[in-house]
Amino acid sequence: MVTAVTSFGRSGLYDWLVQRVSAVAMAAYTLFIVFYLLLNPGMEYAQWQTLFSQLWVRIFTLITLVSVIAHAWIGLWAVLTDYLTERMMGSKAVVLRLIAQVILAVVAVTYAVWGIEIIWGI
Amino acid sequence: MKSNRPVNLDISTIKLPITAIVSILHRLSGVFLFAGTAVLLWLLAASLRSEESFIALQESLSAPLIKFVVWAVLATLAYHAVMGVRHLLMDCGLGESLKGGRIGAWVALAVAVVLIILAGVWVW
Ligand code: HEM
Repeated sequence: MVTAVTSFGRSGLYDWLVQRVSAVAMAAYTLFIVFYLLLNPGMEYAQWQTLFSQLWVRIFTLITLVSVIAHAWIGLWAVLTDYLTERMMGSKAVVLRLIAQVILAVVAVTYAVWGIEIIWGI
Repeated sequence: MKSNRPVNLDISTIKLPITAIVSILHRLSGVFLFAGTAVLLWLLAASLRSEESFIALQESLSAPLIKFVVWAVLATLAYHAVMGVRHLLMDCGLGESLKGGRIGAWVALAVAVVLIILAGVWVW
């Protein structure tokens, strides 16, 4: 079996599953935050800060951050391998795609470190 | 390569059914969200850094441009999430027929539009 070296888990089936699991995690987190804000209108800083100082909220946030990275990697890989192809871009396509993927990886890691700093810095 | 060979993919002659439209928008929204994640992290950072920062953020959020940017990210997230859930339901075998796919696309689009409007009401 030939595996794709630039995909997330180097197997389409594995990537497919990670894409689904991360989607469920992010959807759950989105609902949690949106409903929390809707149910607590006019919230003060102290309450918001207390929420995020709880361990389970930090872990939920961290799981979501990791999900964003995995999900975005897999999703953007699918997009890049569809458009930055030799048919569309000529022989430079692979080089272009690798550069794009490196840039995206740097952004993704930046998001993760920034996110961890936000929740563990308070 | 022959220069007079027939062009087989003239985008303007291809009809995009509703299922194709919601699909390409799901892809576009996913790419846009990758950038939008920065906005969401900025909101989280500013709201948690300190009490002063929290209050300053509330003030910034009254500026029309910032309202628009936040709404755009929330709207994209709403659209992408609703279409994502449609994907997950289809993975479970729901609405996989041609007819079911079309109905599902319209229903999801309607739900997304309602959520996008509600997000606007919330932000403004
Ligand atoms: C509420 C959370 C979310 C849900 C439920 C969700 C759901 C999904 C699903 C099910 C897919 C797979 C579509 C397919 O296999 O064709 C997908 C694709 C994708 N998602 Fe998400 N997603 C969410 C959040 C995000 C976020 C935050 C980002 C960006 C950082 C993102 C970026 C992408 C991209 C780029 C794709 C690839 C689109 C394509 O291949 O056409 N998603 N999403």
